Amino acid sequence: MSTTITETAAPRRTERPTPAPIPFGRLVSVELQKCFDTRAGYWLMASIGITALLATGAVLLWAPDSEITFSTFASSIGFPMAVILPMIAVLSVTSEWSQRSGLTTFTLVPHRSRVIAAKAAVTLGISIVSMLLAMAIGTVGTIGGSAILGVDPVWDATTVDLLNIVLAQTLGMFVGFMLGAVIRHSAGAIVAYFVYSFVLTGLTEALAQTQDWFADLRPWVDFNYAQGALFNGSLDSTQWANLGVTSIVWLVIPMAVGLWTLMRSEVK
Amino acid sequence: MITVDSLSKTYGSFRAVDDVSFTARPGRVTGFLGPNGAGKSTSMRVMVGLTPPTSGHATVCGHRFADLPNPGRQVGVLLDASAQHAGRTGREILSIAQRTMGLPRGRVEEMLDRVSLTSSEADRRVRNYSLGMRQRLGIATALLADPEVLILDEPANGLDPAGIRWMRDLLRGYADEGATVLLSSHLLHEIEVIADDLVVIGNGRIVAQGTKTELLASAGTLVRTNDVPAMSAALTASGVPHTVSSAIGGSDALRVETDAELVGKIALDARIALLELRAAEGAGLEEMFLELTSDNQRETQTQGDAA
Repeated sequence: MSTTITETAAPRRTERPTPAPIPFGRLVSVELQKCFDTRAGYWLMASIGITALLATGAVLLWAPDSEITFSTFASSIGFPMAVILPMIAVLSVTSEWSQRSGLTTFTLVPHRSRVIAAKAAVTLGISIVSMLLAMAIGTVGTIGGSAILGVDPVWDATTVDLLNIVLAQTLGMFVGFMLGAVIRHSAGAIVAYFVYSFVLTGLTEALAQTQDWFADLRPWVDFNYAQGALFNGSLDSTQWANLGVTSIVWLVIPMAVGLWTLMRSEVK
Repeated sequence: MITVDSLSKTYGSFRAVDDVSFTARPGRVTGFLGPNGAGKSTSMRVMVGLTPPTSGHATVCGHRFADLPNPGRQVGVLLDASAQHAGRTGREILSIAQRTMGLPRGRVEEMLDRVSLTSSEADRRVRNYSLGMRQRLGIATALLADPEVLILDEPANGLDPAGIRWMRDLLRGYADEGATVLLSSHLLHEIEVIADDLVVIGNGRIVAQGTKTELLASAGTLVRTNDVPAMSAALTASGVPHTVSSAIGGSDALRVETDAELVGKIALDARIALLELRAAEGAGLEEMFLELTSDNQRETQTQGDAA
């Protein structure tokens, strides 16, 4: 923190030294605070841990003994997270508009790109920390579960598998971030996310089953399908190419357009 | 110091702000006066970089607002007290601003104290605040860094009479210490009491600006007579500018841009009986304001010396 200007009585308000620029790290920490300091934000964050524990409990209670493996835990914990993390990303962007707090935020930091970059950094950080939490809970579940059942713990996920899952969750989170930046309205962006990730998946699935030409083309146009590979072990080079192409079309380009309009839009 | 230079903002074919230029000087309270929808808020949003102007520009402390390294430290801004996340407490909102600006944590308590928000009020969520409390919170945010420039949009909105008095004293104190204070209002009496300089805006255009004293003086003389055409002809013959004034309700009054003595002499020479002859400033700023803003539709301008 730089020098304080507030302690002297009746300061001369003119001819003061120019304050130092706001460091990026400070913006990141402020954005992190903003994720937690509303009731909605707090419970959204807490729900990551809560659903992870519920999912672990559910696996322990209901999964057949042969399924008490690390990958079972990881995927059960990952599923609710795949819904919650993008919501966090959506709201971190849209609340500035829907709640109109952007009026203060973008007055204190007129370079909107810095605020958005700080939000992206926080989003990424939350995504990674959540994954680590999920893996920790999954590890505890695997050890605990196998101890209860009296079997050897099964570690059936490689580091590559785990990294792929982290990548998939992060992509999902940035889809939420992108929709937030494009739509800038909380309810609208959340609905759009569900359409994007679930309704669209159903439609392309139906199309692929009835139309052969689409079934061949699908890996190159269906972002969700290309991401699905990340949950099923390691990817071959074609699958990586599929993921790259669909990411550019469905995530990178709309993100660029969304950010471009966001920087120039009027904040009211 | 705030400098606004030929600022225009159009939305489609609608000119919300039309070629607005003025300067708000240090040590003075500048009142930005206009009816609702006159373009005050749009102008202020342009000043702080939230709205891109169509043409022209505005500088604060000699820089474009966006070029200030830590704008909150130099410029306190309150545009809309209700524009806050309803789910945050007042204290958290101040804390976010305090951390963003890099101020010591203690400032939050000091400011809560200064705007008379109690500790329990500060811990309530803003959704449960009255407009007056939101306004106090907004003022606290603006004053947090003890800035040298204040830009406040309708800060008196929602405050009770004691609150308005408190705010007036506070802004006066700031200006007396050398700060530049720009506040907008449609509350004419509030502006009349506090402002040193006035910028009057109507339909996006500045219709009058200058010091309060100049503007009141420039309101001239009000003369009432039963023979308006003869009086008008006599004034025209003497080369004295004048307009028919509706300020006192009837159609028998003229507002004359000169002093009462000269108007009296002209009337005497022309042998016109007067019903009333007085300085128009007695009619107060409200009359001037209403007159100027309605004059605006007729494209006539009364321009005090630019500040």
